[in-house]
Amino acid sequence: MTDEKKNSAHLNRRQALMMMGAAGAALMTPMAIGRDKAFAANADATGQLVLAFSQEPTVFNPLMPHIEVDEGLYYAVYDTLFDFDPDGEFFPILAAEVPTVANGGISADGLNWTLKLKEGVTWHDGTPFTSEDVKFSLELTVDPDFRSFRSTGYKLMQDITVVSDTELTWTMSEPFAPMAAILASTYIVPKHVFDGVEDKNATILNTAPIGTGPFKFKNRMAGDHIELEANADYHMDGPFLKTLIIKYVPDLNVMYTQFKSGDIDVIGLQYITPDHLAEAEGLEGKEVTVAGTATFESIGLNMTRPQFQEKAVRQALYLAIDKTSIIDALYYGVPTPTETYMPQQSYYYNDDLPTHEFNIEKANALLDEAGWEMGSDGIRTKDGVRLYFSNSTTAGNHLREQAQQFIQQTFAMIGVEMTIKNFPPAVMWGDYWMNSEFDTVVVGLNTLAGADPDTSDYFMSTMSPALGGSGQNTFAYQNPKVDELLTAGAQNFVPEERKAIYEEMQAVIREDLPFLPMFQYAVVKGWKDDVTGPTPNVNNRIDSWNVRDWKRT
Amino acid sequence: MARYLLSRLGQSLILLFIVSFIGFAVLTLAPGGPLSQFALSPGMTQEQIDKIASQMGLDRPVVVQYFDWLSHLVIGDWGTSYRDGQSVLHVIGSHLFATLLLMGTATVISVTLGSSIGIYSALRRGGAFDYTMTVFAMVALSIPTFWFGLIAIYIFSLNLGWLPAGNMYTVGDGSVLDYISHLIMPATVLALVDVAIWSRYMRTSTLNVVNQDFVRTAKAKGLTGRRVLFKHIVGNSLVPMITLAGLQLPMVLGGALVTETVFTWPGMGRLFLDSLGYSDYPVVMGLLMASAMLVLVGNLLADITVALIDPRIRLD
Repeated sequence: MTDEKKNSAHLNRRQALMMMGAAGAALMTPMAIGRDKAFAANADATGQLVLAFSQEPTVFNPLMPHIEVDEGLYYAVYDTLFDFDPDGEFFPILAAEVPTVANGGISADGLNWTLKLKEGVTWHDGTPFTSEDVKFSLELTVDPDFRSFRSTGYKLMQDITVVSDTELTWTMSEPFAPMAAILASTYIVPKHVFDGVEDKNATILNTAPIGTGPFKFKNRMAGDHIELEANADYHMDGPFLKTLIIKYVPDLNVMYTQFKSGDIDVIGLQYITPDHLAEAEGLEGKEVTVAGTATFESIGLNMTRPQFQEKAVRQALYLAIDKTSIIDALYYGVPTPTETYMPQQSYYYNDDLPTHEFNIEKANALLDEAGWEMGSDGIRTKDGVRLYFSNSTTAGNHLREQAQQFIQQTFAMIGVEMTIKNFPPAVMWGDYWMNSEFDTVVVGLNTLAGADPDTSDYFMSTMSPALGGSGQNTFAYQNPKVDELLTAGAQNFVPEERKAIYEEMQAVIREDLPFLPMFQYAVVKGWKDDVTGPTPNVNNRIDSWNVRDWKRT
Repeated sequence: MARYLLSRLGQSLILLFIVSFIGFAVLTLAPGGPLSQFALSPGMTQEQIDKIASQMGLDRPVVVQYFDWLSHLVIGDWGTSYRDGQSVLHVIGSHLFATLLLMGTATVISVTLGSSIGIYSALRRGGAFDYTMTVFAMVALSIPTFWFGLIAIYIFSLNLGWLPAGNMYTVGDGSVLDYISHLIMPATVLALVDVAIWSRYMRTSTLNVVNQDFVRTAKAKGLTGRRVLFKHIVGNSLVPMITLAGLQLPMVLGGALVTETVFTWPGMGRLFLDSLGYSDYPVVMGLLMASAMLVLVGNLLADITVALIDPRIRLD
């Protein structure tokens, strides 16, 4: 099973490369012709497609605080400057070209950026799109009066200057390589709808969004669906659908039933539950595929606890986890085992890390050697420290709760007592998590922003709230080597050099084991077989990233 | 009567105040809050969350937030939803039609069918029909709605293909027939339980009346069975049902959470659950106040109607 998966992943990557070449060529063509947007494809848009999500998109201004599912709508209505393809390579959307050090868009020191935009792009209301809109959007993210979703990266941008309608420049207060990835998830909003508006949090964008994207917002039936129609003036190839319906189906069983009955054409976020995989693959007229996500599941250790100070203990614990059984028995074999936080589809993934083995004997030997003596109660002790700790996760997550019991049993075999202490989500992921009040957790994390490999927020020693920092290093992991690599990586703009840096970092973390990596999540996606276009992309948060290409045949 | 109404109004206002206070306290003191959903977003920092909280006024003491909310409510401003930035009344209004359609249909079915079954069972007490209906009521009350809804979808949508597997209408169609075909399954599933409840109440209430002296007198006068039934029995056995109907009012407008979920019906039940899930305080409070008002109004209407119908009762 595992080998099969690896092979197919390999094949996919090669295929993806080929596709990328083709896509690249396709993208070049319109530009070569002279950026003429009057492409016939738009007029051919036909048919209707129902894309279902198990949560409801409600926040329509993409620069305000929102959740994953809202981006499902953004990709249809708005555009970013550029985006990641499934292979983690940038492709331009509103930008004429993606700024890099090589093409002069970014100065060698990473401080001066020049951005060139496409010509002839218009907003859905007919107003021309210019660099003023881009400047406005970027500045809005740090506007004190605006309820902005993020300010990371944006606050380093200074002197954003409009050179012409299609060109702007800015200076960074320090080199920050992840900036490009942040821009790739920054949807550009129209400046003119904010003109004369007193409260920037209450514009027309909240109810009737206006973008430059492939689909125009038509109407919303609250609690039910959003109806979008093809943007005939779209500046790229597509859209090929006349109507796109984003449907809200709150229950996953119901969502699967409606997919089976044909009411849903593409099953989106939260997808088909793994227990339905076997049945779904046998459905007639449906395409069903398992796709990796950027989220990895691990047992996170609180590195400030005395039990976890020794590497031997962490390694023994890792040896005592029966990963294969957990993945196959509980998760129907859908996720892939992993040794790192980096998705296997990423360019920066280190596939040379030592492979985990489940070996109780070896774990016991390791602990014996390190001087952890078995007590009369069957628990090991050393220097007054007992190998006893609690493990926490979201109460009510049945799969995780079963995994915990599994791990509890195998840990007992090496003289480790683990108690289970779960909490409802709001408690679990509140201060308990942020301030590292746990001993150990079972957590699914996505430490990446898009396809950028920077994870300073999670692994830099200064980013732990428990140690006085302000990031998300809740494992309270401290390693000067990792700090050094993260700093070097964030200031480096050459992909090949960055790859080496982040591969080394993955090796260091795999050796240190501040978290015991379990598996990389995968989801079961499905669509009707007359639909073409949906393509898994681990670098984007949601499926509709290329909805402009979707068609019905 | 006027004095009675005035004192009821006074009581209601005090009750509403208490309800709002408890609701607000429980909601805001619960862990999490409207910004916790953003905590695990890539690149989110505590600093940013704190900034958003202060912009939304969530960093103020709960008491201050409460009186701010209350002072706006008093002048008719129900606030703005955190989730979609629309006014709370608009949000509630946009879910109201779906709920009224579904619950209204289900209620009409269950009241007419339930009452008829109840009366008939009572008149033929101990007969085959009565027993069958008693068993039916037990079964109907015991079946979980969620399961029953899914089974109905499995049979009538997936296997037979007669009815759509949920939703209120087909996007792009929306004709009356389209609405009706979508309404049949959820309304029936929902009505099933209510028919059982109503028939049991009606049966008991009718039995109480059937053996009363005035019924015997009516029969002794030589009135026809039909006349005794409609003029003397039904009218009197319906009186306790009015109170029941009054209690039903908030439920009709409150929506049916489970049925709405199974049939992806965009009603008030879903709205309440979603708003709770996102800690959308203004909407949750709005729904809470609205349903509290409906309970009060429903009870008041029931009391007044009973007083008007039953001469033995006076409102003072």
